[in-house]
Amino acid sequence: MIQLLRYTSQLLLYGAFIVTIGYASTAPTHTHIGDNKAVIKLTLKHAGQRLEACRQLSEEEQARLAPNMRVKEVCPRERSPVKLELLIDGELMYSATLTPGGLSRDGNSNTYQRFVVPAGKHALLARLNDDVHVKGFNYEKEQDITLSPLQIFVIDFRTDSDGFIFN
Amino acid sequence: MLNWLRLSGRYLFEHLEAVFNVSFGDRYNPFYYLGSLAFFFFWIVAVSGLYLYAFFETSMLGAYSSIEYLTVDQWYLGGVFRSLHRYASDAMVITMGLHMLRELVMDRYRGVRWFSWFTGIPLIWLVYASGIGGYWLVWDQMAQYIAVMTSEWLDWLPIINEPMARNFINQASLSDRFFSLLAFLHIGIPLMLLLVMWIHIQRLSNPRTNPPRVLMVGSILAMLVLSLIKPAVSQAPANLDLSVSTIDIDWFYLFVYPLMEKTSAGTLWILASAISLFLALLPWMPPLLRKPAVVVNLDNCNGCERCYEDCPYSAITMEPRSDGLDFEKQAMVQDSMCISCGLCVGACPTATPFRRKTDLIPGIELPDHPLKALREAIIEQTATLEGDQRVLLMGCDYGVNLDKVALPGVVAIKLPCVAALPPSFLDFVISRKHADGVLLTGCHAGDCHERFGIEWLEQRLAGKRDPMLRKRVPRERIVTFWAGEEGGRKLLAEVSRFQQDLAVLGPYTPPQSDVRRRASGTEESA
Repeated sequence: MIQLLRYTSQLLLYGAFIVTIGYASTAPTHTHIGDNKAVIKLTLKHAGQRLEACRQLSEEEQARLAPNMRVKEVCPRERSPVKLELLIDGELMYSATLTPGGLSRDGNSNTYQRFVVPAGKHALLARLNDDVHVKGFNYEKEQDITLSPLQIFVIDFRTDSDGFIFN
Repeated sequence: MLNWLRLSGRYLFEHLEAVFNVSFGDRYNPFYYLGSLAFFFFWIVAVSGLYLYAFFETSMLGAYSSIEYLTVDQWYLGGVFRSLHRYASDAMVITMGLHMLRELVMDRYRGVRWFSWFTGIPLIWLVYASGIGGYWLVWDQMAQYIAVMTSEWLDWLPIINEPMARNFINQASLSDRFFSLLAFLHIGIPLMLLLVMWIHIQRLSNPRTNPPRVLMVGSILAMLVLSLIKPAVSQAPANLDLSVSTIDIDWFYLFVYPLMEKTSAGTLWILASAISLFLALLPWMPPLLRKPAVVVNLDNCNGCERCYEDCPYSAITMEPRSDGLDFEKQAMVQDSMCISCGLCVGACPTATPFRRKTDLIPGIELPDHPLKALREAIIEQTATLEGDQRVLLMGCDYGVNLDKVALPGVVAIKLPCVAALPPSFLDFVISRKHADGVLLTGCHAGDCHERFGIEWLEQRLAGKRDPMLRKRVPRERIVTFWAGEEGGRKLLAEVSRFQQDLAVLGPYTPPQSDVRRRASGTEESA
């Protein structure tokens, strides 16, 4: 009788173990974003303009270089930081000056931002300055969009596509 | 504060374990095998994973459909293996977490035990990296959620220049090669996990990586039942053009993501790093646990290797003889690995209390628990006992608090571990009539604080392990009772029952051969 009770209690304890696993492995449900929301992703991978323009070396400067290293033109590597702003419905949602990557600051400026917004109509304005010598913004794009529920709208930037891409 | 938390946790564990002791018995209580159960669940995950891998397609479209094929079309095998894979990995998180918590509250993480504790911290990270990586492979909505959140979390690190999250901005940004990388990681990280698991047990002698067979059978049956009742299924396929809304996440592994949503990636990094660092440094936080290590007395060490075989932490090595005595080897103690349990002292054949002509100095000894003092304590304390139900109660630091045991006809002596008592002392107590019986008590049978104290002692008493209790000692006068710290009442009842048995047995009468030997002076006398 005692043995039977022991086996029964073992069954109950094993049962409690698998109920815990079975439940917590799928529940409670987590809401990442509501059904009536949408997402705008702002992303950038872009190298700013060179901070200093390339210049021709004089004959004296060339002579000072080792014969196998002689070039006529040198281009300083450092890139301009990139200033990026995003306004949604007139409200400034993102503003940052992105430092170029790399030890010599000669790499891309990068960012990735995710904004959760209500589904529906929105006015977007994205603007960017990739040259410290230029005042204001040298790239800008404005568009009214209608986002369906759970839609992901991507704002990317590519110079080969003439600037901002709204997708 | 830390001490208070530890004591409270210990109180909770002991009461919970008491329930399991009633059901499973204290030799098969799952709480005493949490580490080995975690190992066992790892093997279930590994074996089931091998089967799943044979059918898995490493491509964006193939990943989801191949898992669906296993789950739906091949539910009887592939589906069951998938469920086992998932639920056993959840069980591994539970047993690993409880194992860590239990070692903490039972004070088994400091001193020499720091190594296992310390190497357990990267194990947590690796278990989570393995488990979370597995969820990516399914490429359903949960995988999409994890992919985006994990990359956003990693992107917080300043060393990452180009955001990883760019790889998941839309369907077009992802390629099949990503799934090859994921599959590679999901095999590589668990292999690394296995390596660290192996390192984790390196400082243990005879590590218990397998739980008792009954627990293995019970656990796998439980996992099978769960797999059949509630098979693991995928959620809707991932679509990077649409955001995930509500998902049924596995809270054992993925609780960090909702936490990150509530706070930030930076907060999660700080939390995870701070908790890991705190846990890693715990063994060196006050109060420090430093007991003097055992010392080898070479004059009395004959290099028999029993201490070497019985040490639970491999703190003793056998080296070539250095003192010119005619023995091949000698014991050497690595102080940094000795937990001062005294199991080696109990194993030493030279630790006999019958010696009187030479001083009682065994081949190996605990400096703060010399055997000579123990013999004197036995003689002095038992001298106060009267009648024919005199009981010498011997216990350890982790069993019932013997200071609170006050019974007529009973004296109590505490040792670091009861297995630190050489069996010859039991012979000494009974044959010299210092007491009518000896009751040995300590931790729960399956949960010796010093790992093998109970097992070794029982084998020595049963004549299955050196040094064995001499056959002339009547076994009915030696009783073991394993009840842990909270077994005070049961111990009192056991002592009372033992005293009744002793009354029936009457006073001890030594065998005639022993009487003749003592009379002729061939045995040293106390």
